[in-house]
Amino acid sequence: MSIIQKAMQTVIRLMPDAASDPMIGADREIGKSLSRIDGPLKVTGQARFAAEVPLERLTYATLVHSTIARGRIATIDVAEAEAAPGVVLVMTYKNAPRMPPPLQMMVDAKGAAASSLPVMQDATIHWNGEPVAVVVAETQEQADYAATLVHVTYDVEQAATSFDHLKHKARTPASILGEPANITVGKAEAALGKAKFSIDQRYRTPHQNHAAIELHAATVLWEGNKLTVHDTTQMVNLTRSTLAAVFRIPEDNVHVLSPFVGGGFGNKGLWSHQILAAAAARLIDRPVRIVLSRAGVFRITGGRTLTEQRVALGADDDGPLTALIHTGFAGMTEHNDCPEQFTFPARHLYAAKSFLIDQKVIDLDMVANTFMRAPSESIGTFALESAIDELAEAMNVDPIALRRRIEPEKDPTSGLAFSSRNIVEAYRRGAERFGWDRRNAVPRSQRDGDWLIGYGVATATYPYYRMPGGAARIRLGVDGRAIVQMASHEMGMGTATTQAMHAAERLGLPVGNVTFEYGDTDLPPGTIAGGSSQTASIIAAVTAAADVLAADLIKLAGNDSPLAGLKPADVAMRDGGLCERDNPQKSESYVSILQRAGRDEISAEAAASMPLETQKYSMHSYGAQFCELRVNEVTGETRVTRWLGSFDTGRIVNPKTAASQFRGGIIMGLGLALMEDTVFDERTGRIMNPSLAEYHVPVHLDVPDIDVIWTDVSDPHSPMGVHGIGEIGITGVGAAVANAVYNATGKRIRDLPITLDKLM
Amino acid sequence: MIAFDYTRPASASEAIAIAAKQAHAKYLGGGTNLIDLMRETIEEPTALVDVSTLSNTIDVRDDRILIGAGVKNTAVAAHRAIRERYPMLARAILAGASAQIRNMASVGGNILQRTRCTYFYDDAAHCNKRWPGTGCDARDGFNRNHAILGASPACVATHPSDMCVALAALDATVHLRGVDGDRTMKLIDLHRLPGGRPDIETELRQGELITAVELPSLPSAARSTYRKVRDRSSYAFALVSVAAALDVDDAGHIRDVRLALGGIAHKPWRAFAAEAALRGTPATQPNFRDAAEIELKDAAGLRDNTFKIELAKRTIVATLSELNGRDRS
Ligand SMILES: Cc1cc2nc3c(=O)[nH]c(=O)nc-3n(C[C@H](O)[C@H](O)[C@H](O)COP(=O)(O)OP(=O)(O)OC[C@H]3O[C@@H](n4cnc5c(N)ncnc54)[C@H](O)[C@@H]3O)c2cc1C
Repeated sequence: MSIIQKAMQTVIRLMPDAASDPMIGADREIGKSLSRIDGPLKVTGQARFAAEVPLERLTYATLVHSTIARGRIATIDVAEAEAAPGVVLVMTYKNAPRMPPPLQMMVDAKGAAASSLPVMQDATIHWNGEPVAVVVAETQEQADYAATLVHVTYDVEQAATSFDHLKHKARTPASILGEPANITVGKAEAALGKAKFSIDQRYRTPHQNHAAIELHAATVLWEGNKLTVHDTTQMVNLTRSTLAAVFRIPEDNVHVLSPFVGGGFGNKGLWSHQILAAAAARLIDRPVRIVLSRAGVFRITGGRTLTEQRVALGADDDGPLTALIHTGFAGMTEHNDCPEQFTFPARHLYAAKSFLIDQKVIDLDMVANTFMRAPSESIGTFALESAIDELAEAMNVDPIALRRRIEPEKDPTSGLAFSSRNIVEAYRRGAERFGWDRRNAVPRSQRDGDWLIGYGVATATYPYYRMPGGAARIRLGVDGRAIVQMASHEMGMGTATTQAMHAAERLGLPVGNVTFEYGDTDLPPGTIAGGSSQTASIIAAVTAAADVLAADLIKLAGNDSPLAGLKPADVAMRDGGLCERDNPQKSESYVSILQRAGRDEISAEAAASMPLETQKYSMHSYGAQFCELRVNEVTGETRVTRWLGSFDTGRIVNPKTAASQFRGGIIMGLGLALMEDTVFDERTGRIMNPSLAEYHVPVHLDVPDIDVIWTDVSDPHSPMGVHGIGEIGITGVGAAVANAVYNATGKRIRDLPITLDKLM
Repeated sequence: MIAFDYTRPASASEAIAIAAKQAHAKYLGGGTNLIDLMRETIEEPTALVDVSTLSNTIDVRDDRILIGAGVKNTAVAAHRAIRERYPMLARAILAGASAQIRNMASVGGNILQRTRCTYFYDDAAHCNKRWPGTGCDARDGFNRNHAILGASPACVATHPSDMCVALAALDATVHLRGVDGDRTMKLIDLHRLPGGRPDIETELRQGELITAVELPSLPSAARSTYRKVRDRSSYAFALVSVAAALDVDDAGHIRDVRLALGGIAHKPWRAFAAEAALRGTPATQPNFRDAAEIELKDAAGLRDNTFKIELAKRTIVATLSELNGRDRS
């Protein structure tokens, strides 16, 4: 952090609190279970995804991928492919337009690209699977076939592919998502040595890949110097700014639309395929559609990288931990900046007298890894929460009781006050509902025939983020309906539904009278759908726009209105109109105001406030994950039989979509715990299971009944009291499973996934 | 995909005649394996001869059941006579793939489905099965799903079928028709071990068509089962599977036993040695274990799959014990 940033932060922390959102607690629409507004469109097939947009003269693209991890293209022979039926273009580094490297996400404020590498600009190969040619044809089948006729030879160079062998070359990244890579409080190693109870273990987690049902796709059209991209993305605005820079055209010339995203999980950003499709479309002056194959998704879009983590904990009979050490390594590349923040949970969860936090990265020649649902809170909590369980056992205390004992009063590393933290309550309610008291702490004490039964528990946690830079527009019509607009994203989470609910609550309209429009860069700018930040970010922008709208409406109402003379601060939006806050009888409906003024509609736009709350407070979501499972003593097969997630994530806007988000996260966590494993052959740097037949995610039969409950306590410092909830569900799951496996079998598995061979 | 001819002949003989005229014809069943392999350019037929509508009946007699090669996997598993007389076969089929795939997959196609070795599927890898003589990247690579019995330096792939494991245990016979006429072959003789030519996977002659599978009468199979051990609860290939039938007399001695293993070799593995060791001995867990040890005596593990040796033994013991327990109660 620079000195100026540091000074800014100090000033912000000393500033008085912004007033709490006066609407916190409003419950006319918020808190009701509402089915997805876009549900009927999706189940009837009317929702049009990026790969389905029809265009005149459309062509289809297929990628050819490198088969080496590092080196140079020696020869590339495209003659046969060019001569194949229907082929319009074969593009390689030799004929691709000259393009600067794309702006990188997290590094450049306008960047969307996961990697800063130039796209198809020279013969250099950086990872196994990198696109070396794009074949464009009249049909997808023709393009696929011709792609098999591109012949490439390589000058192979020694690639960096072995995490274990390259540990000695590990480096400390400049920061971990803006936070320091290293934190030292006291002398943790010494304290660990002196602790009455201690554990010191290493945990390993493998490469994993997002497996969204919808394949990455873009349909791209140039009209003169104007570019339209029908994309499937979690970041329409950053995609626009990055493409504008790559093609050296004004941002206004780029139009990105993404009305539906069939799952993203952090992976639907800007990869090389959108750039390549746009470059090819430019060369042939025809629209191009690119849809990655499933193997293509594995080859050109990155997932979660592998880690090795050390967690060491020291404790005495009473009081906080005496030492908390969480250090480790993550695989990364030289051309991205996603170091996997696996130590973040350890920075905020427990009271300890000393801390040693340290993260390093090992540069590998692989596709740029990226954010995958709760990027490292997922695997960081696997290590930390397994370790807490191990310590509890060493101390012979219940793991929930231990967590209660080391519950901090303020953030243990930043010293900030917590904005809202009810984790002890989440544990209490969860334990009661799950029947935690039935657990026998002695491993192997419950069985049913060949099946050993175990209970496990772990903490879930994920930060509260709110992204700056968003703005919303509200268009209120004389028909009493409102259209709320912001270029945000619906990836299946329920954003369109919950935001219609929020806007209805805020504007005093029935939810049926509100439409939320999103996924289009022609709308006011949204922020990325990442870091579980979208809900709060959109609410903040809509809140700002609603304030402007109210003020404009008072003006428009004029002296003939019952509202005459009131100031914006005096009014509330209620029952389809404005009223005096303290005297609601004094009111006028929107329809009446607009009619009298002879207006069809009034429109107000405003930017969201800066997310200063995150500078002043330690803001996080929490949960307690409870797992019951069985392990077959003969075969080592693990079957999860029951799950309860008890969450504390601020106010819940829509219980129905929230429950789905929590459950989806937990299911993905079961995959992380038990099966997900991207097989990376270190001899070649090649992913060997780029298919959903071989890359296992949970099937229905792997998923038990999942019960989810929540505290529903509003955070007084966040818009509407909400926290994002898209990612927390996956956190803690790996450890809850591992701890239950231990309880069942007496075996600690510290190396994910927990496959049967490790338990035999 | 390479352009190809497509025909749907009305009879087996016509199918054979059409295939004989083409250099690279392939019979098409449900296409759930062949079409995938064509997309991956592993199979590049110039003609597809669709046989999925031929031989579509299950003919039940007292002394045998004849299943047409075109019968869908789902229909076999759902057939009452099969479920009653050969439960292991119904269970094996239901343990495979997904409902959607089983609805498409034919008996003939299931038998001739090809390995799931990921190096075989990858056009950047060395694979003696795909490009004879190029080497085998699986041997020192990821080989969790690979063979522990009967492998060769050239190839460590496994045959992935569940159905065939049950067919092997049941002494099934495969009916074939070719340009030279009809013949039959035991299912266990149909697939080959890899040896030096893993690209040659079966004993079928060029253009030979599977017309039916015959299950002989085997009363002891009424008490049989199939146990599949895999990395998730469903929709995963077997790490190890066991098809077993056990017939125990009143004195607790084994009158007859049928045992076959899946997921461990280049072909469905009939455990003849274990069967011989068990016949006539008391049906006890120690005897089951001894027989398993005998069968897996020559098993050899690779980097990632050594656990399968012990897993196979344990699964044999558990499956036989389960049948034995059920027998008694
Ligand atoms: C994702 C996935 C998971 C799967 N999981 C499992 C599993 O767990 N267990 C399992 O056992 N299987 C599994 N399968 C494989 C499945 O069982 C096979 O794909 C299926 O049985 C093949 O039958 P088909 O009729 O579709 O064959 P096709 O694909 O039509 O043909 C396969 C081969 O058989 C040949 N052939 C077909 N019929 C005849 C005939 N009558 N005579 C001569 N040759 C013929 C074809 O020429 C081709 O070479 C899985 C498949 C997929 C895609």
